Amino acid sequence: MIVETQYARFDSIELEGGTTLSPVDIAYETYGRLNERRSNAILITHAFTGDAHAAGVSKDGKPGWWDKMIGPGLAFDTDRYFVICSNVLGGCQGTTGPASENPATGLPYGMSFPVITIRDMVRLQRMLVDHLGIQRLLCVAGGSMGGMQALQWAVSYPERVQCCIPIATTWRHSAQQIAFNEVGRQAIMADPDWCGGDYYDKKPPARGLSIARMVGHITYMSDDSMREKFGRKLREKEKFGFDFGVDFEVESYLRYRGSQFVTRFDANSYMYITKAEDYFDLTQGTGKLIDMFQTVTTRFLVISFTSDWLYPSYQSQEIVKVLRRVNGDVAYCDLQSSYGHDAFLVDIEEQTEIVRGFLDSTARLAAVAA
Amino acid sequence: MASRLVTPAEAGRLAGRPDFALIGDIIEPGSRVLDLGCGEGELLAWLIEHKHVLARGVEISAAQVRKAIARGVSAYQGDIDEGLQDYPTGAFDYVILSQTLQETRSPEKSLREILRVGRKAVVSFPNFGHWTVRMSMLFSGQAPKTELFPHDWYNSPNIHFLTINDFEDFCAVQKFPIERRYFLSGESRVKSFPNLFARMAVFVLG
Repeated sequence: MIVETQYARFDSIELEGGTTLSPVDIAYETYGRLNERRSNAILITHAFTGDAHAAGVSKDGKPGWWDKMIGPGLAFDTDRYFVICSNVLGGCQGTTGPASENPATGLPYGMSFPVITIRDMVRLQRMLVDHLGIQRLLCVAGGSMGGMQALQWAVSYPERVQCCIPIATTWRHSAQQIAFNEVGRQAIMADPDWCGGDYYDKKPPARGLSIARMVGHITYMSDDSMREKFGRKLREKEKFGFDFGVDFEVESYLRYRGSQFVTRFDANSYMYITKAEDYFDLTQGTGKLIDMFQTVTTRFLVISFTSDWLYPSYQSQEIVKVLRRVNGDVAYCDLQSSYGHDAFLVDIEEQTEIVRGFLDSTARLAAVAA
Repeated sequence: MASRLVTPAEAGRLAGRPDFALIGDIIEPGSRVLDLGCGEGELLAWLIEHKHVLARGVEISAAQVRKAIARGVSAYQGDIDEGLQDYPTGAFDYVILSQTLQETRSPEKSLREILRVGRKAVVSFPNFGHWTVRMSMLFSGQAPKTELFPHDWYNSPNIHFLTINDFEDFCAVQKFPIERRYFLSGESRVKSFPNLFARMAVFVLG
């Protein structure tokens, strides 16, 4: 399935921080066909460094980031459902972000780009959904930061979301999650090439961004998965080098991942998107999650993974608990996996089993209700 | 998707739960139902399809919860007692505790919570007073191991062993109102000397 990224432009979007961004572009892809009643649309929301290319193969041969989950006969079955995925606001893969041109100056925004929130990302997605002529989404689903957006959808536009699948996520960023993001941002800002975010006509802060990514990768894996994948294996040598070149496989892997990342991701987007994650609190500071769901009618399937220490299962269980207290319709499973936070991307067999059944039963309920 | 089940009896046979047919009959159409220890969600799936109930299930086993969700049942993985305390009072018309009472840590506390959360409770359990159990104990001199209680003492999930008479006494002492009672041997009803001849008891409380 060859897919192509499409674009929509809106005159402006009002942001939670009080400013207005104008104009605003959004990159998106769609898979499958919207049915006549426009009742089979699913919005997939991507994680931190994801993009609109969630499924299929792009013209240059790149598979989508969730192509094992989205496609004909897969969990998000494109023979049945119309699946949409868009790049988030503040991103660097086609949607307006800090690398985009500021129409007032004709130069990239850089750090003059307004600070955005998860709520702003969701508002822009809603504009896209309106633009596509879809009143009610059958489902909003995503992992990690995608799960935050899915939850925000259910709270901001409950009447427009039939069911919600937040995976490996949280209802508010914790101190540990903020801490790792801050390390990433500091690594970028400490790179002299960052130049206060004004590097677009110069050398990008590749060293800082690559260190940020290395830290990120550690948090996405688990002790078990790293031990299994690398152990103490040496990289192309029999003995220690007694220097500070690459000795261990794990070092080589992290360096490789870091150096790959800087070719596809903008350092300023890293700054803005991590900030949006850190500001994320579904309750906007009240801490009263139950107030967010008092009148909820959306069905929920909450999924966590046993070895995910970045978004630990207890954070998902807090959501489930509150949904029980309002007698909401919630299914929950803590899936067994050794892959850590990455599990939602790579350990997909059991995830597929429950997502498929959950979607099928939601679609049937929706058909009965209609 | 999972195959559609025709009757709760069939679902019960599949799940090895002879009380399903009866429970399927007891639950009124359109009720709000919570199944504690819902296993793979066979009973709830049947109730959703044929009685259009609003169904919720709790199950401690991740593998079984997965199967239940795959079947379209809103089940969540968790402990029965922990789950119950979150629900508002009167949230359900029926709370089902099918063959799980003997495995709960504190039956009195659980049943009190069940009757707070549900208008009615449907409680079923294997009868430890069944004659085969009595004979097994009498003749072997060992912890009874029968068709009803197939486990060895060291690997049994059952932590309480109760007879029908025990449960009647318990409900009287705790002032749990018994609305109806059914005694089963397989899927047929037992009319006389249930404490001796019934393999399974199903009580409707509340």
